[in-house]
Amino acid sequence: MTTRDARFIQRDENPEGPHLPLEPLPGHSSRGRLERVLRRGEFAVTTELNPPDSADPEDVYNRAKIFDGWVDGINAVDASGANCHMSSVGICALLTRMGYAPIMQIACRDKNRIAIQGDVLGASAMGVANILCLTGDGVQAGDQPGAKPVFDLDSMSLLETIRIMRDNGKFLSGRKLTTPPQLFLGAAINPFAPPHDFRPIHLGKKIAAGAQFVQSQYCFDVPMFKTFMQKARDLGFTEKVFILCGVGPLPSAKTAKWMRSNVPGVHIPDSIIKRLEGAQDQKAEGKKICIDIINEVKEIQGVSGVHVMAYRLEEYVAEIVSESGVLKGRQPWKREAARDEQMIADRFDHLRRDDPNQNPQKIVEGVTH
Amino acid sequence: MADTKTETTTAKGPAGSGPEIVPPSASSGVTQATIVKKTAPKSDYKPADVSPQRRVQRSYSIRLWSIRHSRALEWFYARFADMFLLLHPLWKGLGYARVEAPVKFVEKRVKGLMFDCRMCGQCILSSTGMSCPMNCPKQLRNGPCGGVRANGNCEVEPDMPCVWVKAWEGSRNMVKGDAILAVQKPVDQSLRETSAWLRVTAQAAAAKDKDKAGAAA
Repeated sequence: MTTRDARFIQRDENPEGPHLPLEPLPGHSSRGRLERVLRRGEFAVTTELNPPDSADPEDVYNRAKIFDGWVDGINAVDASGANCHMSSVGICALLTRMGYAPIMQIACRDKNRIAIQGDVLGASAMGVANILCLTGDGVQAGDQPGAKPVFDLDSMSLLETIRIMRDNGKFLSGRKLTTPPQLFLGAAINPFAPPHDFRPIHLGKKIAAGAQFVQSQYCFDVPMFKTFMQKARDLGFTEKVFILCGVGPLPSAKTAKWMRSNVPGVHIPDSIIKRLEGAQDQKAEGKKICIDIINEVKEIQGVSGVHVMAYRLEEYVAEIVSESGVLKGRQPWKREAARDEQMIADRFDHLRRDDPNQNPQKIVEGVTH
Repeated sequence: MADTKTETTTAKGPAGSGPEIVPPSASSGVTQATIVKKTAPKSDYKPADVSPQRRVQRSYSIRLWSIRHSRALEWFYARFADMFLLLHPLWKGLGYARVEAPVKFVEKRVKGLMFDCRMCGQCILSSTGMSCPMNCPKQLRNGPCGGVRANGNCEVEPDMPCVWVKAWEGSRNMVKGDAILAVQKPVDQSLRETSAWLRVTAQAAAAKDKDKAGAAA
């Protein structure tokens, strides 16, 4: 292979070639790039893929394509807002196939502990390196309010369950796993909802349960976030967990008002809405507010990255990341190889060259003679 | 948008002869959830308490009183547990199986009145500021979700104060309030509708016997 020497070799790449999975590094619990980026102390950028209401794989590929080279991880949401979409496992299967680094979300609303543990193994086998453990919105928030809410585990016991699977190589029941999953575990925090003085302590509980990184709810109130971070620093949590601040552009003042009253857990101060209302081009102003917030939160001690949630404004993510300069010229991952990538390539190669006239009888004859 | 309506493909043809009652698709600005709510059939009977959990509850005042007096209840509960443990020989003599029904009867009614107990069978009231976490529509046992409203009420049931906001307040009054920091195991659903009092007593008695045996050896 002569082309390889000439090719630009990415920072996180197997020296034997990009088609091979990353080697495990000491102190790392996953083989993913997101963990490597965070542990190296670089400012990470993650985003969210708007899940399609379709059975077409291209819908997922096209939606992931616009993030190409701008983010370190893509969240595959699990029926966010209790609205039915393509499942997070399905999205992750497609994303890993194309070499993206997904962060699989698991919400406790729809699956019990049996289903969840099975999904964790399946996802890890597909090459998912990051899992985000969520409680999930109540079913009343979504398009199918008559559904049965499961909530068998909560986000905390879900974290602990997956941590036990990874570190002890066991199911919750104590039954042994032959190969434990290698995962980087995440959780969500909402510093903007009451009880405010309990929230930093709640983060500590999540760390104790196994959280290695956390993504926050939309941050539109920077002073409130600063107070939260101050407390988290005082308690020593910022050394134990990577905190990614959730940000996002608002398309208009009307949407902002609607979100504030209808999306559970979103806190938008009046000043933001006033700023949007006063703008000529509300969409552009929304993007500007987002960039301003990123520039403010990236300076807060203990913030390791941002999680850009641009629902239905996905095309803005690249611009926001570029204009805020958070990557400092760094080029995020291009592709992440799954463990079985070589095997799949060989298999497809074999299928392509297969003799169409061959049948099982002939193969048996060929083996015996 | 291509107008390709999929036909129902059962052997007997389309399942329903009447018009399909599928809510129209959401356009931008309106969510599907809003449309579902708006297209729901109207009737004169509007249930007073509509929630996924179907908990008919008009007042939370006794539950909130218990949380306000969490310190006193903590003291009382400790004495009560000691008394139950002292009675262990009696329970054992009578047979735990035989006393289960009457104890459960009393426990269910007393805790039901005081804490709106859901009889999960693995009571952790002392770790949650005397606020029963099973009253949370998501049955969270490890802290609040991210959906708590700005006024401290529940996301699912807007009129109910968040169980965990109250739990945090209650725990701050208690001597051993920091038990709220412990990470709780997932609920064992097979223990529902059983007596937590008897379980805790039997376990404490077993631990005591073990200690005694250890000291003697």
